[in-house]
Amino acid sequence: MMAETTEKKEKVPRQPMPEQSAEVRRRNFEEVPRGYTAEMAMKEAERCLQCKNPACMNGCPVSIEIPAFIKHVKEGDFTKAVRKIWERNALPAVCGRVCPQEIQCEGLCILGKKGEPVAIGNLERFVADWERANGKGDLPPKAEPTGKRVAVVGSGPSGLTVAGDLILKGHDVTIFEAFHKPGGVLVYGIPEFRLPKEIVYSEVNFLERLGAKLQCNSVVGRTVSVDELFEEGFDAVYIGVGAGLPSFLNIPGENLIGIYSANEYLTRANLMKAYLFPEYDTPIVRGKDVAVLGAGNVAMDSARTAMRLGADRVRIVYRRSRDEMPARKAEIHHAEEEGIEFHLLTAPTRFIGDENGRVKAMECLKMELGEPDASGRRRPVPVEGSKFTLDCDLAVISVGAGANPLLTRSTEGLQLTKWGYIIADPETGKTTKKGVWAGGDIVTGQATVILAMGAGRMASDSIHKYLTWGW
Amino acid sequence: MFEILKRQEMAGGTVVLNEISAPAIARKAKPGQFVILKANETGERIPLTMADTDPKKGTITIIYQVVGKSTTLFKSLQVGERFQDVIGPLGQATHLEKLGTVVCVGGGTGVAVLHPITRGLKEIGNRVIAIIGARTKDLLILEDKMKAASNELHVCTDDGSYGHHGFVTDVLKEILEKEDVKMVVGIGPVPMMKFVCKVTEQYKVKTLVSLNAIMVDGTGMCGCCRVTIGGETRFACVDGPEFDGHKVDFDELSQRLNAYKEDEAVAMQQYACKCQAG
Repeated sequence: MMAETTEKKEKVPRQPMPEQSAEVRRRNFEEVPRGYTAEMAMKEAERCLQCKNPACMNGCPVSIEIPAFIKHVKEGDFTKAVRKIWERNALPAVCGRVCPQEIQCEGLCILGKKGEPVAIGNLERFVADWERANGKGDLPPKAEPTGKRVAVVGSGPSGLTVAGDLILKGHDVTIFEAFHKPGGVLVYGIPEFRLPKEIVYSEVNFLERLGAKLQCNSVVGRTVSVDELFEEGFDAVYIGVGAGLPSFLNIPGENLIGIYSANEYLTRANLMKAYLFPEYDTPIVRGKDVAVLGAGNVAMDSARTAMRLGADRVRIVYRRSRDEMPARKAEIHHAEEEGIEFHLLTAPTRFIGDENGRVKAMECLKMELGEPDASGRRRPVPVEGSKFTLDCDLAVISVGAGANPLLTRSTEGLQLTKWGYIIADPETGKTTKKGVWAGGDIVTGQATVILAMGAGRMASDSIHKYLTWGW
Repeated sequence: MFEILKRQEMAGGTVVLNEISAPAIARKAKPGQFVILKANETGERIPLTMADTDPKKGTITIIYQVVGKSTTLFKSLQVGERFQDVIGPLGQATHLEKLGTVVCVGGGTGVAVLHPITRGLKEIGNRVIAIIGARTKDLLILEDKMKAASNELHVCTDDGSYGHHGFVTDVLKEILEKEDVKMVVGIGPVPMMKFVCKVTEQYKVKTLVSLNAIMVDGTGMCGCCRVTIGGETRFACVDGPEFDGHKVDFDELSQRLNAYKEDEAVAMQQYACKCQAG
């Protein structure tokens, strides 16, 4: 009986996501996937087996009731579907776009064993977008005011999750953001073509409509300290400031003009909208021959941005091989479709500048893979006598980020790891300082949006208990 | 917030002073720290070291030279209008200590940054000799304030139209010859700071400079403002803006400050056209 059902369901293939063609999109900043229509979403939702013990939920860091929301989609009741998601996640339009579903919910979907998993991410995105376009501006029910005040430091994915959870539980929440716009990495780091800023602002606006207060231009650690927040009457503080300290290669010539950290390059392009220069005032170097160093998701974002800013040639330069590239497969695939080249087993040793101090080339070494290192990946070893030069007039260094010490150095009583990350209980997010929680990249090091949200979820449960019962 | 309460043009309109309402920043700011300002939605984030603060009134004062589109836009803001965003206080405060005789050297709008530091150094008991300079008399700013903030003031103009005829470094040399100077603070255009450091190096006098690197976020996140200090890369926004002048790679700083010269010219041209059309 079960087998029969499975077979019947599998006759409906996974609905592909309509996309802008690679030829067109590589030169514009519009979103690449176009989203499902209602018909496509309902058709895709039909594929869900409604498992009694849904494996997909085990893969979701915020435990969305996936089969339940998909059932509402199948029935065409998108309002109920979005309300189901909201119970666990205040940012579905973001998560539907940027979560690595293939290693989370979809990675565990039973249909994936023999064929293709249900497109859970695409459905989540559809439901959120539908609500934004057609919803009546409904809000989820909110608990009675508790009179407790919570300061959330950082308006990135983990901070927004904490704010969303606690405002629904009746606490008075204020979000502090150092930049002039909210969203953290969602607005400065993730490009418009992957996550339109308008969507982030609309999700932040949703929290504001629920009653959360937002204070931009507030650098906690400078404008106001954590201790001063308590003096001002906050009962708890959540720190979700991310891992905003760019790593460089520490090789000669790195300060030449035209060499950016990925953080700077993406901040100029996204948050400051440098791609609209001179309509927007922030300039950006528009390289013709671009080298992006590193091969994670941020490197893919940087490379694809450079292509959209008019490059003739964009190369990802990575010292390991294709198998070790940390980026999501889908991101690598999108980059390749758009004409990004991959220069693997190559490590730069020095940048070369022209007479005006602008970068014009990199000196590189060919690498080969040796024994596995501490990370379990095979260690790249230079090939003797393999030195060569690679031309580039723009280089973006995307080799990770560390813990920004601005807040932690100015806050007494917070214990840190030797790399400067905040030590927090993995189950609750509690730090060593009373009344202070932390989560996301400032605890774990650079990770994904959804993991930061998962950390926020655990911390908000713990903060709620503390505010309610004092523990 | 961020309303302009006072606006004053100086040096023939090439330099503008704004007193801005920003209570949270005014409460915390110390001499040597900076703010980042953004005029409007499409504006750029511009770092400027504060020339003064009034914690009681809740105001900060900035003084800037009008050079490109962004500062031209700043200049167009009138009393009662607002900066959309002001962020701060950022950077490290000047380490003020009682040393004995100190010399404060300022050029151009650098004098605005130097003023609170000069005042602070005098307040804690140093004998402060100040030297300020400009290309010509009309471009000189804050002479009276610097006079009040120091024990002794020397004024120089490159063209001899006022005060001593010559560069600030000439006067500095004379003072270093005859006085037991414990520290020099030099703030102004990059070439001026470079030459001040060349002079003080000969006399082995500790010299502080304040670096006006290009920044974006100002909190150590982007790495835009990297400067080479003693062969090592540092971020001017969080490690600075003040550094030991004898260790600064001024040539690299100059190059990096010129990174967007062509873009700035394009932006300015378009802005000027729009203003004329409007």
